[in-house]
Amino acid sequence: MIPAQFDYVAAESATHALGLLAQHGDDAKLLAGGHSLLPMMKLRLAQPEVLIDIGGLTELAGVSVDGEALVIGATTRHADLAASDLVRAEAPLLAYAASQVGDPQIRHRGTIGGSLSHADPAADLPMALVALGGSVELLGPGGSRTVSADDFFLGFFETAMQPDELLTAIRIPRRPGVPWGYQKFVRRANDWAIVGVAAVDGRIALANMGPKPLRATAAEEALAAGASAAEAAQHAAEGTSPGEDIHADREYRRHLAKVLTRRALEHETA
Amino acid sequence: MTHIEMTVNGDKRSDEVEPRLLLVHYLREVLGLRAANVGCDTTSCGACTVLLDGESVKSCTVLAVQASGHEVTTTEGLSGDGELHPVQAAFRQNHGLQCGFCTPGMVMAAVGLLAENPHPTEAEVREGLEGNFCRCTGYHNIIRAVLAAADTEQGQANAEVSA
Amino acid sequence: MSILGTRVLRTEDPKFLTTGGVYTEDVVDERLAGACHVFFVRSPIAHARINSVDVSAALEAPGVVAVYTGADLADLAPIPPSAAGLISTEMVQRLLATDKVRFVGDAVAAVVTEHPYQGEDAMELVAVDYDPLPAVLGYDPSDDSLLFEAAGTNVAGYWGDASQLNPDLFDGCEVVVSETIINQRVAPAPMETRGSAAVWGDDGRLTTWIPNQGAQGTKAEMAKLLGIDESLVRVITPDVGGAFGAKFGADPEHVVVAWIARHLGRPARWTETRYENLIAMTHGRAQQHTVTIGGSRDGDVQAYRLEIVQDAGAYPRIGAVLPMLTILMTTGPYDIPKAESVAKVVVTNTTPIGAYRGAGRPEATAALERAIDLFAAEIGADPADVRRRNLLAPFTEPHRTAFGALYDTGDYAAALDRALAAAGYAGLREEQAKRRASGDIRQLGIGVASYVEITGMGDGEGTPPQENATVEVHPDGTATILTGTSPHGQGHATAWAMIASEELGIPVDKITLKWGDTDLIPEGGGTGGSRSLQQGGAAVQQAAQELLEVARLRAAAELEANAVDLVFDKTRSAFNVAGDPEASVPLTRLAENERLLIRTVFSQPGATFPFGTHVAVVEVDTETGKTTLQRVITVDDAGTILNPLLAEGQRHGGIGQGAAQAFLEEVVYDDDGNPLTASFADYPFVSATEMPSFELADMATPTSYNPLGAKGIGEAGSIGSTPAVQNAVVDAVAHLGVRHIDMPVTSRRVWQALQAAGSEH
Repeated sequence: MIPAQFDYVAAESATHALGLLAQHGDDAKLLAGGHSLLPMMKLRLAQPEVLIDIGGLTELAGVSVDGEALVIGATTRHADLAASDLVRAEAPLLAYAASQVGDPQIRHRGTIGGSLSHADPAADLPMALVALGGSVELLGPGGSRTVSADDFFLGFFETAMQPDELLTAIRIPRRPGVPWGYQKFVRRANDWAIVGVAAVDGRIALANMGPKPLRATAAEEALAAGASAAEAAQHAAEGTSPGEDIHADREYRRHLAKVLTRRALEHETA
Repeated sequence: MTHIEMTVNGDKRSDEVEPRLLLVHYLREVLGLRAANVGCDTTSCGACTVLLDGESVKSCTVLAVQASGHEVTTTEGLSGDGELHPVQAAFRQNHGLQCGFCTPGMVMAAVGLLAENPHPTEAEVREGLEGNFCRCTGYHNIIRAVLAAADTEQGQANAEVSA
Repeated sequence: MSILGTRVLRTEDPKFLTTGGVYTEDVVDERLAGACHVFFVRSPIAHARINSVDVSAALEAPGVVAVYTGADLADLAPIPPSAAGLISTEMVQRLLATDKVRFVGDAVAAVVTEHPYQGEDAMELVAVDYDPLPAVLGYDPSDDSLLFEAAGTNVAGYWGDASQLNPDLFDGCEVVVSETIINQRVAPAPMETRGSAAVWGDDGRLTTWIPNQGAQGTKAEMAKLLGIDESLVRVITPDVGGAFGAKFGADPEHVVVAWIARHLGRPARWTETRYENLIAMTHGRAQQHTVTIGGSRDGDVQAYRLEIVQDAGAYPRIGAVLPMLTILMTTGPYDIPKAESVAKVVVTNTTPIGAYRGAGRPEATAALERAIDLFAAEIGADPADVRRRNLLAPFTEPHRTAFGALYDTGDYAAALDRALAAAGYAGLREEQAKRRASGDIRQLGIGVASYVEITGMGDGEGTPPQENATVEVHPDGTATILTGTSPHGQGHATAWAMIASEELGIPVDKITLKWGDTDLIPEGGGTGGSRSLQQGGAAVQQAAQELLEVARLRAAAELEANAVDLVFDKTRSAFNVAGDPEASVPLTRLAENERLLIRTVFSQPGATFPFGTHVAVVEVDTETGKTTLQRVITVDDAGTILNPLLAEGQRHGGIGQGAAQAFLEEVVYDDDGNPLTASFADYPFVSATEMPSFELADMATPTSYNPLGAKGIGEAGSIGSTPAVQNAVVDAVAHLGVRHIDMPVTSRRVWQALQAAGSEH
């Protein structure tokens, strides 16, 4: 219940962090809020030899507008995202998703960059990013690149981020006033979703229906072809590969995906 | 070892610690502030909750080195001049504790909750304490205590304004 | 104005709210200076032979003082099974496993380090070579793979004789319903895990700090397992962060820590992680019930049979004995002409079962209340009506049941009606009917459960249930009470002070309670089975009264009057000559020349039987199966209430745990015996968001068994609420063809039940 030993460095800037990543390679992990990484380290499921703390880098935090996009610094805490008037106006689905992560104490520490790079398929923010069609900005030794949400999540806790890259910001298309829906089906309040659905603007994303957050493409296509919410939702489980665990078997997950997609399409939050 | 400096309950502290030392163990073992307890391994139960720069955090999932340069408040530092803080007083008044193990974390979570939401509904209090487990009370009196504390603080604030 | 019956705030609280309780891990004592830290290496396999344990790498790790295995403890006897004689004597538990491991969590080695953080590092280096064996699981384990080869079977024992069951029991019943239901395994999960600290003095005595529910019982077990005389053991009980039945006696770990302290000649400490707690602290419940209930079409229950299988886990501990209590309470509050009950106890490759809030009695109530609802559904009657029709008539003289329980006082129908009225039962049924008619996705369910339960039952070996107390008045105006109870959240420091204050006229905040130190209080029954107030509190009252009689004689001498001419004025805490208030002497004065104290033992004629009815209201989302617990309304009649604030807290806590078992909590193993719920992320420990505020209705039918009129209340809440919530969820979807859902009634189970009943949603 305590981590294996490691060395600790507080990065002084994003560039400094990059240099440290290059120096230590696979032996190092970035630490921001630490609420995805430290729980794993305490269970010794992760044993990095070096932790590079970027939590203090204010240059990587904050919310601003850049043309048609909302730009969110990677080390912005979930609580700040949830409370931000700007995010609630321009991407309320994201603010709501942030408000659903864990519990208040976790939300005071966890960051959006940390959550996205952790890429838990059952988590709120990866699903939200996919629903919103956002993208992430990655900074590496060769410079900066942008990866869309659809291309960022590759598999079970796996992203397109290279070991020598730093996630610096998240870009979300601004959609003020556009209706949205969010369904997080849990057994108990601060659990991960047994199944989650986020829907906005014709896009539907699913949590915990596969090794990464998935688009319910068949349902989206039905919707685009004029189907009602109920009709489109019938296709929600197509193309998914839900797992089995103590909460649910595949059949129940598929059923939930359909029910929750209909409710999300009807703009309900839960 | 890493050098850390932080303010804990108003006192400046400086120590050399292992990077992996959890904040909760720094508070308990190095500083002797043992009110915060460790109740789980998975950042679930909240018995270790303290305030970091005024916000509630689970100190079992914060490294002491991460808290360096910041301010920590624990239940030991809540009351002043021998008077219980309104939240502590409300817990007592409403029998919001039995064995007491979850209590310091519950109190700090409640203080953090009321700082952000001074007039919560019952549902908001229950959701606001979703990260704090209690086995003894069934939560009933804890919720009443927090709602009562909210009233008290509002009452106090009103009194100050009108005085 | 009597203080008894008033809502006195707890004197304990300021400490808990500021500097915090001092739990075992918090204890700072010069005797523990330089303590080493113990860590247990536990089996990751449910069933295996141990080929070898290689500690060489661990011994080289930083800070390692020593590593011990079962071979090192060979001179210590294993823990015998509970109720040896009725339970197979072959099924012993070694303090550290030697030849076999029998559950994931079975301790195999102990690593000792200088600093706590070094322990986990070193533990990983202990290499155990296991030879896996097939895991034995479930309520009907085969004997192909045996946990204890010498026993020749996985059946640990029997309660009652199944061959004596009457095949004609249900003759004449117009309606007979049968069902096999599970009372699932749950984890007590107190917020404080287990732990201990131990040090041996130069005088050869062990002093050990252990969070426990009865220091005297713990001391006896420690001495026995260490193979030393009881006079050489001192158990000290720090603040305890919850127990719920799972911190009685001594666990193997407590003994090993003490042994290590002796072996190394230095103090040793141990604190359990939550993972260990969820797999190595005893679990609760784990009974399978086959219920058969028969009666007339118009609602008379005429016959009932309960066949129990208790899964005792890997080693028969307290859990193996609990079915005895389940059988005792078979017919509960009902007047059932013919009833029989038997139990079989099996061992499986899972965590041993121990006591958990209610300990055998919730199981009886849960089975019976499900059976009553099944019967009501079969005859198409309202479940509340069926209960009222079959409850025992009110009685004030003790009533003996066919199972040998002697109920002291009871008015079960009044409890039922009061609970139904408080719930607004008729209105709830109307709302339910409306939603059924409109096919609402969110259906309402109303569940009722009536119960009677046994509290303060004594040690079951013939002595009447009893407890001791010592009360001493000091010259400085304060008083001290020594009690044989062992509070861990119940508030005895305040409650016993109230009782003494009422007798002696000394303010509550000037009265100190001590408990849990066997050098100070050599005898005591601890706190469990809801015994404390009726016996421990009554003992305090008796001691205070006896003290006043001693004081009276001293006052008479002091005032040069006859003792019979003196009156004790509680408001002044002084004796005075009747009719002459000036001729008085304060009680505390009488302690100046000679100590003023009395030790007494209060004996009660027998156990007492609190009773009540719980009503639960749930909303079930028929599309997802998810249950929202909306209301829990209870009547818990535990006789005269000493402190309503504390009594309510006990009811709340019991309701919380009981409801959680009904719709949320369960310990789950996979087919190989691997625990799948070994963390608070996976084990669905209930949080505040899943619970409503509870509605408690008052009812108090005193007992004549003690002067306080008090029965036990600590476990009642968890007995009534579990079946009330389960019945409510089944009730919510009964109109869709569902007649039973096993606990926990999770959303998946509800949905699957709806699918099976053929309702497409």
